[in-house]
Amino acid sequence: DTSVLAGVYGPAEVKVSKEIYDRATLEVLVQPKVGLPGVRERSQEQCVRETCEASLLLTLHPRSSLTLILQVLHDDGSLLSCSLNAACMALMDAGLPMSCLFCGVTCAIDTDGQIITDPTAAQEKESRALMTFAIDSKERRVMMSSTKGSFSVHEMQQCIAVSQKASEKIFQFYRDSVRRRYSKTL
Amino acid sequence: MGGWGMGRGGRPTENTCRMKDTPLSNCERDFLLKAIEEKKRLDGRQTYDYRKMKITFGTDYGCCFVDLGKTRVMAQVSCELVAPKESRPNEGIMFFNIELSPMASPAFEQGRQSELSVKLNRQLERCLRNSKCIDTESLCVVSGETVWQIRVDIHMLNHDGNLMDAASIAAITALCHFRRPDVGIQGDEVTVYSPEERDPIPLSIYHMPISVSFSFFQQGTYLLVDPCEREERVMDGLLMIAMNKHREICSIQSSGGIMLLKEQVMRCSKIASVKVSEITELISKALENDKKARKAGERCGFAESMPQERITALKMDETPVEMTDVTDRANDIVQNTEAPPQTVPSPVVPVPGVGQIGQGLQNAWGLEEDDEEEEDVSSHEEEEEQVTKMEEEQHEKESREGYFIYFNWVHF
Repeated sequence: DTSVLAGVYGPAEVKVSKEIYDRATLEVLVQPKVGLPGVRERSQEQCVRETCEASLLLTLHPRSSLTLILQVLHDDGSLLSCSLNAACMALMDAGLPMSCLFCGVTCAIDTDGQIITDPTAAQEKESRALMTFAIDSKERRVMMSSTKGSFSVHEMQQCIAVSQKASEKIFQFYRDSVRRRYSKTL
Repeated sequence: MGGWGMGRGGRPTENTCRMKDTPLSNCERDFLLKAIEEKKRLDGRQTYDYRKMKITFGTDYGCCFVDLGKTRVMAQVSCELVAPKESRPNEGIMFFNIELSPMASPAFEQGRQSELSVKLNRQLERCLRNSKCIDTESLCVVSGETVWQIRVDIHMLNHDGNLMDAASIAAITALCHFRRPDVGIQGDEVTVYSPEERDPIPLSIYHMPISVSFSFFQQGTYLLVDPCEREERVMDGLLMIAMNKHREICSIQSSGGIMLLKEQVMRCSKIASVKVSEITELISKALENDKKARKAGERCGFAESMPQERITALKMDETPVEMTDVTDRANDIVQNTEAPPQTVPSPVVPVPGVGQIGQGLQNAWGLEEDDEEEEDVSSHEEEEEQVTKMEEEQHEKESREGYFIYFNWVHF
C-alpha cells in the first residue's frame, strides 16, 4: 500500500550558487504527506541523493541541474525503499544516462530473529532492527544502507544476501514495465 | 486560419525572475487571443465547459486526489489534540496549507513563498474558514483546554491551469471523507480511542463551498471558465466565485485589475451556481462509491485507483523470495572479512567539551602528547613545509590553515 510519486525535471538551468563546473547538480526533494519537510525527510533525501549520484553519469551534463521530487502518497512501511524504486524508474523514464540501475529493499528483523522483507508499518513497529539497502543492477552490490536498531554482523550479512535475491525480482519488474511502456513505439 | 505558432524567443510575460519557466512566445499569445475571439479553445471545449474531473480516494480517511484535466491535486486531512486559542476557548482550529510542490511545474521552487502560493492560501482560507462550512464547536473536547486541530495539506502534483478550483474541490472532499478518532471524557481525563476500539466519526459539515474560476480576456470582453495553463498565461484578469449548492456565495475575489460590469458579475454567478451543483453531485457520488467499496471490504488506495489496462501501468503481486542458501552465503562473507579495526583509547581533552585534531596542533584524538613528534615525522612529504610553518604557530590555537576539526561534546 505504500505509494510514492516521483517526478524528474532536467537537465535544466542551475543557479550560479549551486552549479558545479564539471557535473550536473542533483537535487532531491521529499515531500511528506502531512506537514512541512523536517529532519527525517532531509535524511531520506540524503540517502536517495547519494544513491542517484553514484549511478547517474553526471559528468555528461556539466553546469546543469537535475531535480527529483518524491511525493509520499501513503506510508505503510518500507518507505525509503519505495522512494528509491520510484526514483530509479523516474530517472529511467526521463532518459537520463545512468551507469547502472538501483533498487531499494527493506528488511526487518523481528524479535524471534526472523528476517522479513518489505515489512508493513505494523511489522516495522514490532521489529528489533530495520535495514534498507540500495542494490545496484550490475553486480548486485550494496550502494547505500540505512539501518535502525541493534543487530549482529551475521544478521546484517544475511539481510544483505536476502536483499540481493529480492532485488532480482525488482529488476525483473523494471524490465517488464519498460518493455510494456515502449512496446507500442519500438 | 494560421496553424500552431510554437516559436520560441518571445518576451517573458511575467516580470518575476522565475528560474525555469519557459516564456510564452508572441505568436502563441496572438494565436490564443485570436482563437478566443472566435470562441474556440485549445482543447475544443465550449466557453463554459469544465475539463474532465475525476475524484479518487486514498487508503486512509481524509486522503483525496482530484484530477481536473491534467491538473492534479492531492489533499490530506489530519487531526490532533491541542490547546485552543485564547480568544475562542470552545472552538476547534482549522489549518490549511497549500504546497506548490516543484513536481507540479519547474517554475515552483521548494520553500519559496511565491505570490501565487500566498494568493491560493488566502483564497482557500477565506473560502472554507470564513464561510463556516465546518462546525468548529463540535471539535471542542474540553472547553478551554483541549480541542481538535484539523489540518488540511494540499499538494499540487501537476499544474495545467486552474489550481484554485482543483484545490477547493480536493479540500472539501477530503474534509467530507475524513473521520476523526472518537474521544471519551471522564471528568478531566480525555481518552482517545483508536479506530479498532471505536469507529471514527465524520466531521460535521454544513455546506460545501466550491470555487469556480473565470478568466477574462481583452479587457473583460471575453470570458472562459476553467482556464488551462496556456489560457491562464494570456488572461487579463481572474474572477473566483466560491458558492455552495444552495446558491449562497461564500467568497468572491477579482484579481488582475480588470474592470467588470455588474451584469457580467451577475452572469458569472449564475454560471457558477450551475457548475457548483454539477460538481457537488459528482463529489457526493464519489463519496458514496467509496463508502460502498470500503463497506464491501475492497482494497482502496492510490495503487488500486490507477487503471490497470493502460500500457503505462504494471502491477506485480506479492512474490516470495527464496532464502535457502542465504545463511551459507552470509557465513562465508563473515569469515572472509577482516577483523574490525582496533578501537582507539579515549582521547585527551584539553578543555572539557572541546576536541581537536590538526596538523601541528596537539592531537587530542587517541594519541598521547609525547607522540606528537612521531606524528610530524610520519606526515606526508607534500605537507612537510606546511608542518614546519605550523610548528611556529603551534601555540596559536586560532590558526585556520590545514584542517582543524573542533568538536563540542554535549553533555547529557
